Amino acid sequence: MVSASLEVELARDLLAGKEEAFDRFVETFRTKIFQYSYLMCGHREDAEEVSQETLLRVFESFGQLREPERVKSWVFRIARNACLMKRRKSVFAPAQELSLEQFLPRADHEGGEIRLQIADWSALPDTQVLRGELRQVLNQAIAELPEIYRSVMLLRDVEELTTDETAEVLEVSTEVVKTRLHRARLAVRQKLDDYLRPAPREEAPAARK
Amino acid sequence: MHPESSNPSKECQEMFALLSQYLDEELPPETCEQIRSHISGCAPCVEFVNSLKRSIELVRNIEREEQPAPLPAAIREELKAAYKKMLSVRRGAPAGC
Repeated sequence: MVSASLEVELARDLLAGKEEAFDRFVETFRTKIFQYSYLMCGHREDAEEVSQETLLRVFESFGQLREPERVKSWVFRIARNACLMKRRKSVFAPAQELSLEQFLPRADHEGGEIRLQIADWSALPDTQVLRGELRQVLNQAIAELPEIYRSVMLLRDVEELTTDETAEVLEVSTEVVKTRLHRARLAVRQKLDDYLRPAPREEAPAARK
Repeated sequence: MHPESSNPSKECQEMFALLSQYLDEELPPETCEQIRSHISGCAPCVEFVNSLKRSIELVRNIEREEQPAPLPAAIREELKAAYKKMLSVRRGAPAGC
């Protein structure tokens, strides 16, 4: 992974006219923008276009970057705007608010003990890399988040921008970033929890032959 | 989480709203301590926080196998031309701009 300071260094070099930084900058940011846009837009062809359009816009207006330290949030702001221009109804549905209450787990009393109605997360494979179905469930959970939550989660948890940088990209307050991030995380946790619960024992009618 | 009925207690609900900030260490020390002390005595909260933590870890480590197609040479040239143009405008700009 490219460290933040290397990105800043590349931006400084480009501003100073060091053309040898050009290829490295393109290589570093193009993949990042593509992957972010792919998760944002949900379409490969849109992500390809967004990454090219973003880089073009970045180079055209590089002279406007007053603080190279902010290059990452500056580039992602341009990328996000390019994504929004690609609005597709399925992935950019009208803003839908997620409430905190909808994610509060319910609990049962069992033999004097309180038990949450949640899945057994200890059953999850203890690997950093997810495989197969679980990975699909996770990607789907992120893709299904309303855009205002998905964009915060992608910037904070996937791209690892700070709360301040994310607020800059999205042009909202840091408090809004924190609130949306929490709800996005709760929504994804809920989807994974639903997936991890054992399937109901009742057989599906189609299976009874 | 200490439910009177089948819902978490008011205290649990207040903590619930702050869990991400707690995990991200973005809370003032006293609030953080308050949550830590509540959680340590509340098994359901521990269970929930652990599942949230695990879920965040999974998102952070999401495998992004999708790679962009190789950049067409014509697009690279276009980008380079835009960069050079920007540089020449910058160099030609009066001092102080």
